Amino acid sequence: MPRVSLFVTCVVDQVFPRVGMAMAEVLERAGCEVEFRDEQTCCGQPAFNSGYRGEARDVARHFLKVFEGAEYIVVPSGSCTSMIDHHYADLFEGHQETRVWEFSRFLVDVLKVEDVGAKLDVLATYHDSCHALRELKIKDAPRRLLRNVRGLRLAEMDAAEECCGFGGTFSVKFADVSGAMARTKIDSILRTGADTVVSIDSSCLMQLQGVLSRAGSNIRTMHLAEVLASR
Amino acid sequence: MKSSPPHKIQETLADPKLQRAIYSATGRLAENRRKTVLPEVLPDFQDLREHAHNIKKHTLDHLDVYVDEFERNVLARGGIVIWANTAAEACAFIGNLCRERGVKLVVKSKSMTSEEIHLNKYLEKDGIEAVETDLGEYIIQLTGETPYHIVAPALHKTLEQVADVLHAPPGATAESLTAMARATLREKFLAAGVGITGANFLVADSGAVVLVENEGNARLSSSAPRIHIALAGIEKLIPRAQDLAVFLKLLGRSGTGQPLTVYTSYLAGTRKPGEPDGPDEFYVVLLDNGRTKILADAKKRQSLFCIRCGACLNHCPVYRKIGGYSYPWVYSGPIGKILTPQFMGREHDPWLPFASSLCGACGEVCPVKIEIPKILLELRQEIAEKEGDRAEHLAFRMFSWVMRHPHVYEQFRWVRKMGKMPAAGPLKAWLSQRDLPNLPQKSFRELWRERGRS
Repeated sequence: MPRVSLFVTCVVDQVFPRVGMAMAEVLERAGCEVEFRDEQTCCGQPAFNSGYRGEARDVARHFLKVFEGAEYIVVPSGSCTSMIDHHYADLFEGHQETRVWEFSRFLVDVLKVEDVGAKLDVLATYHDSCHALRELKIKDAPRRLLRNVRGLRLAEMDAAEECCGFGGTFSVKFADVSGAMARTKIDSILRTGADTVVSIDSSCLMQLQGVLSRAGSNIRTMHLAEVLASR
Repeated sequence: MKSSPPHKIQETLADPKLQRAIYSATGRLAENRRKTVLPEVLPDFQDLREHAHNIKKHTLDHLDVYVDEFERNVLARGGIVIWANTAAEACAFIGNLCRERGVKLVVKSKSMTSEEIHLNKYLEKDGIEAVETDLGEYIIQLTGETPYHIVAPALHKTLEQVADVLHAPPGATAESLTAMARATLREKFLAAGVGITGANFLVADSGAVVLVENEGNARLSSSAPRIHIALAGIEKLIPRAQDLAVFLKLLGRSGTGQPLTVYTSYLAGTRKPGEPDGPDEFYVVLLDNGRTKILADAKKRQSLFCIRCGACLNHCPVYRKIGGYSYPWVYSGPIGKILTPQFMGREHDPWLPFASSLCGACGEVCPVKIEIPKILLELRQEIAEKEGDRAEHLAFRMFSWVMRHPHVYEQFRWVRKMGKMPAAGPLKAWLSQRDLPNLPQKSFRELWRERGRS
């Protein structure tokens, strides 16, 4: 029985806790023993992306201390996984991270599970979040998992790989550009006729949901974990 | 103190016609590219990119050797190499040569390097007419504008706007407007005393200038006048003619989705007795203008690998919204974002490297595998450390402290319970475009504890 240590991310912890609970549920159903080390906070990406590497390094050190000895660290976010997997090496000379797994990749590549027995009657479209797609090369795994959800129909949007416009502080420093990028994404979503947008990154969903509800749309956003936990 | 991004961004966002023009033009170029680099069409595409990256790296690592070899071979074929350290030196040489030869009319093919040194303006002051012969460049020369895109200078222009500037009769079509331009330009080609081109590649082992184009104007600019001047940055060097096999497979596809552009010219030296073609005089102006300074920076020197294909622009979701004129310098898009601070200095537009969501689409399509997002992050670090906003630095120091003290971090729940917050600063910016998420009453860790988990 694989022992999984959850790194829920600060965004999920504070803003989308249900995503974390759903991920834990799905992992347990798939046969994992799940732990949550409650000293965890953040991966440090906001500081890193804003150029404050000293501050990012301090936060990263805390992360590494908290997760000392963990075998599998599973994360409901492509950007946080990528921060630890790829960019901790920019903060610590010679650092190599092999224990951190984005959630969908952990299910498909480690647990070798593509059907978690989920059921959700929706017409969904999938948004490829940027770090997951381009840094972690995650494209297929979430789609395979979604295709096995009973009742779920998957419609691909033409702009699936285009950035939603969040980009961390970019979303507020260049708010109008960010908003324009999101609205282009929404147009693409509307063309699919989908009622649900799914992603493996909550910050993307927060951006898209914010623009959708501002536009008065009934389209809802769901994290992959929430979809997979649905019965 | 950070200077703010230009008003041009808001202007561009607020113009629906322009938004459609930018998005569809770049989208078309991106889609055409995609079709020509599919695995079944070009199976070794990724290998070619890696190879191109390595050739550029090798060349720049030994640039002193290759520029020397290049000059020797240019001289051997009757040409002359001019070493221009600065934009001023390059302009002065070209202006002086025209004056000495009594040349009052010059034809130019598209050269972003010539835009970089503001050559046309310089020549005009000297009383020399410099006519742009690339159709897009010709149009924006008439409107007094600068290139909107590295490969498509008049991307932002509609048919109506072009018809207007050419004083075309009603009912103009793309074909009729092109015919009008061709008629005018043909006379210029035949009357010009000097032809100025850029260079897509400078080949060290043959002293050759390689020009890649679709319209034929570079061919005509370099062969109709008796004098040909090629202006190029020192980073355009490649070691051998056979290295073109790698670069030519990548350039057309990446830029416009063409396996090869309509004309590829390989020009070396002057006309020798008995040869059918070639100029009487052939000059290559090698431009530094800050390039060796960039070369000295190990982390960012790969910025010089750029072969000016424009793919990064076509895939950049930010460029596709803000357009070419929102960028402060001649080079726009992601490549512009990393070149501008390195040429002009970080203080010039410190906001520029931050005007990116770091989506990585640029690095993914770059034919020479420049790690643009990585360089943006380097620049951000430099700016934060040297030109940093003290208030922002303090905020991130606090962020770091809170994130290292979990019990303090948990107090964030009071923010969630508050519900209503004053809309100022970042919150106001967020709300200008979208709603806030519904903030939950309990955090994940609170829920976890409640369920008796440990």
